Amino acid sequence: MNNLLFVVFPYVAATLAIVVTIIRWRRHPFSVSALSSQLLEKRKLYWGSVSFHWGITVILVMHLVVLIIPDGIDYWNGAPVRLYLLEATGIALAVWAGVGLGILLYRRMTNLRVRAVTTRADMVVLGIIAVAIITGLWTAIGYRWGSFWGTAVFVPYVRSLLIFQPRPELVEALPWVIKTHVLTAFAFLVVFPFTRLVHIITVPFGYLTRPWQKVIRMSREPGVYHPASKKPLERIKS
Amino acid sequence: MRVRAQMSMLFHLDKCIGCHTCSVACKNLWTDRKGAEYMWWNNVETRPGTGYPTGWEDQDHYKGGWKRDEKGRLKLRLQSKPAAIAKLFFNPSLPELDDYYEPFTFKYGDLFDSPQGEHQPTAEPVSKITWQPIEITSGPNWDDDLGGSDVYAANDPSMNGIDEAIRDQMSEIERVVFNYLPRICNHCLNPACVAACPSGAIYKRSEDGVVLVNEDKCRAWRMCVAACPYKKVYYNWSTGKSEKCILCFPRLETGQAPACAHSCVGRIRYMGVLLYDADKIADVASMPEDQLLDAQLDMILDPWDGQVVAAAAAAGIESDWIDAARRSPVYQFVKVWGMALPLHPEYRTAAMMFYIPPLSPVISSIEGNLTRLDLPDEREDFELLEDLDKARLPVQYLANLFSVGDEEVIRKVLKKMLAVRTYKRRQSVDGEINESTLALLEAAGTTPEEVEAIYKLTTIPTIEERFVLPPYHREMSIETLNDPLAYKGATGFGPIESPRRGA
Repeated sequence: MNNLLFVVFPYVAATLAIVVTIIRWRRHPFSVSALSSQLLEKRKLYWGSVSFHWGITVILVMHLVVLIIPDGIDYWNGAPVRLYLLEATGIALAVWAGVGLGILLYRRMTNLRVRAVTTRADMVVLGIIAVAIITGLWTAIGYRWGSFWGTAVFVPYVRSLLIFQPRPELVEALPWVIKTHVLTAFAFLVVFPFTRLVHIITVPFGYLTRPWQKVIRMSREPGVYHPASKKPLERIKS
Repeated sequence: MRVRAQMSMLFHLDKCIGCHTCSVACKNLWTDRKGAEYMWWNNVETRPGTGYPTGWEDQDHYKGGWKRDEKGRLKLRLQSKPAAIAKLFFNPSLPELDDYYEPFTFKYGDLFDSPQGEHQPTAEPVSKITWQPIEITSGPNWDDDLGGSDVYAANDPSMNGIDEAIRDQMSEIERVVFNYLPRICNHCLNPACVAACPSGAIYKRSEDGVVLVNEDKCRAWRMCVAACPYKKVYYNWSTGKSEKCILCFPRLETGQAPACAHSCVGRIRYMGVLLYDADKIADVASMPEDQLLDAQLDMILDPWDGQVVAAAAAAGIESDWIDAARRSPVYQFVKVWGMALPLHPEYRTAAMMFYIPPLSPVISSIEGNLTRLDLPDEREDFELLEDLDKARLPVQYLANLFSVGDEEVIRKVLKKMLAVRTYKRRQSVDGEINESTLALLEAAGTTPEEVEAIYKLTTIPTIEERFVLPPYHREMSIETLNDPLAYKGATGFGPIESPRRGA
């Protein structure tokens, strides 16, 4: 069971996330969209979307930082004040994101216009993230201090997965709450390519460097490929 | 000089009767779909009024178009590039559905299926989004013909700067005035929607200047909706993609005028090629406000000029396009006769659809129970060049719409239109052209020859004279995409993937 959940499941999830995302991106680019519903409802979206997105983004980036530089985190947590500061910040962000998610869920269920564009997949996505935030908060408060012991447990575990020498025994003995938190991460990867979550990889950083205007002319010069012809189509001039 | 071609439309507002045939033709052809019900790529507004979406000209609210900062640099009013990324999660300047209207239909089935009862059944209105019964409180032309109303006309941003006394007078029932303003996408030379799109999904085609959204690249950030000062980009709430007027490019490519222009009952629309200098766009857009209009019109090149023709050929513009540019009715009205102006040039997008402002009747006054026109008693022509201030539609109002508030520009155009009218009346009714008529023409800065030409193109043009459409050479474009032999009979017009909402 442990092997199934913490070895097979993550690999299946990651494979799906990568392969299906590539297929969807190449063959169904039209379906890739953030599917905004701001046109239909504005006020609740402001309070929900802004808090949720900023809260969850910072938390996810912090998770990534821990994975990349666990030594740095250990060093930072060397002084208790800094540990308390980090943990308190994490909890505050999680609460912020959680409240935002609550507003978004409430909005999706009660606003008739928004409900008209809500699919079952949207509710699944919100549900998974809700479980992740609740178990994450529970872990942070009930099993202190996560950022301290996490570097010794999760970092080796995730790294073992990444180098294809899985060590599920690292998470085997953890309480079910923390295990659930880990599993939601893999569940997140599974639904990622099939739902609106793909919008995460569409964050348009290219905008920062591109010229303001975009003028396209047909030409035979090599450039971007037309999806139907697979032959050079357009050259972008600014 | 970098010459590019632009397909441009011209609206003769003096001929518009506000019948909305253009809007319906467009709706039936392009936006009769789920998620697009509320989109009016072509709409006709009653002016003075708040337009569609409500109050679209209020750029303090919607942050559309460009602005010139203190140092003379051009900036999007909506956002800097980093701010765009920061605002991905919520875009405060975006209009909400209620700024347009909630699309609706009626439960016609109830008329047939209702059980036997005392009263006739009615068809209840239902929302086309939620399919629940709704109270209809607004629609695409809710203020149609309500030009004098306190509710709509009084809130028109272009009424700013108009004297309080004139505003009061305009809303008096005997003096109420309105005109119609048909609007499509302006296919700007410096489009704010393109500049605001974080995904880079919107682009301008260089061959004819049509601005298009690549729906495969659109990611629903919706900055284009807010950035377009004309609010002519719409967000499809069902597919999660932005959509806009495509200038009926599939029709243009097959030699037909856009549906709105083709169906125009009053024949107010003209279509033709303009050549312009793309090197000047950035400079023109960042001009000080008082030079903005002239600079924009200066950008349009003379297709008879040898240098222009050579540069156009070097830029790959075919000779039949240059020929079309020479016969272009838009070039005639805009450049040769100086009678047409872009809508709100102060938005700095270099809009490429042009308008001939409307004439309006002179003010009347009420004496006893009689309405009396405010004219001298001696016999004179009805419209007098010196009496433009007695026109019911204030010159200042038209100037706010078309010339960054410069009344002189509008006066010049109106005078020329009046001169044409007076000249033709004297010719056809009085049967003679006398000295005073010629003096009138001279005062309006025109000549009998020009008047005849303006009259002809305004009143009795053939469809070939109204729509001068260049050949698009699609056979060559297809060659750049596909093997022509493989293409033959294999591909049609349509999306590569069915436009369904993603999960």
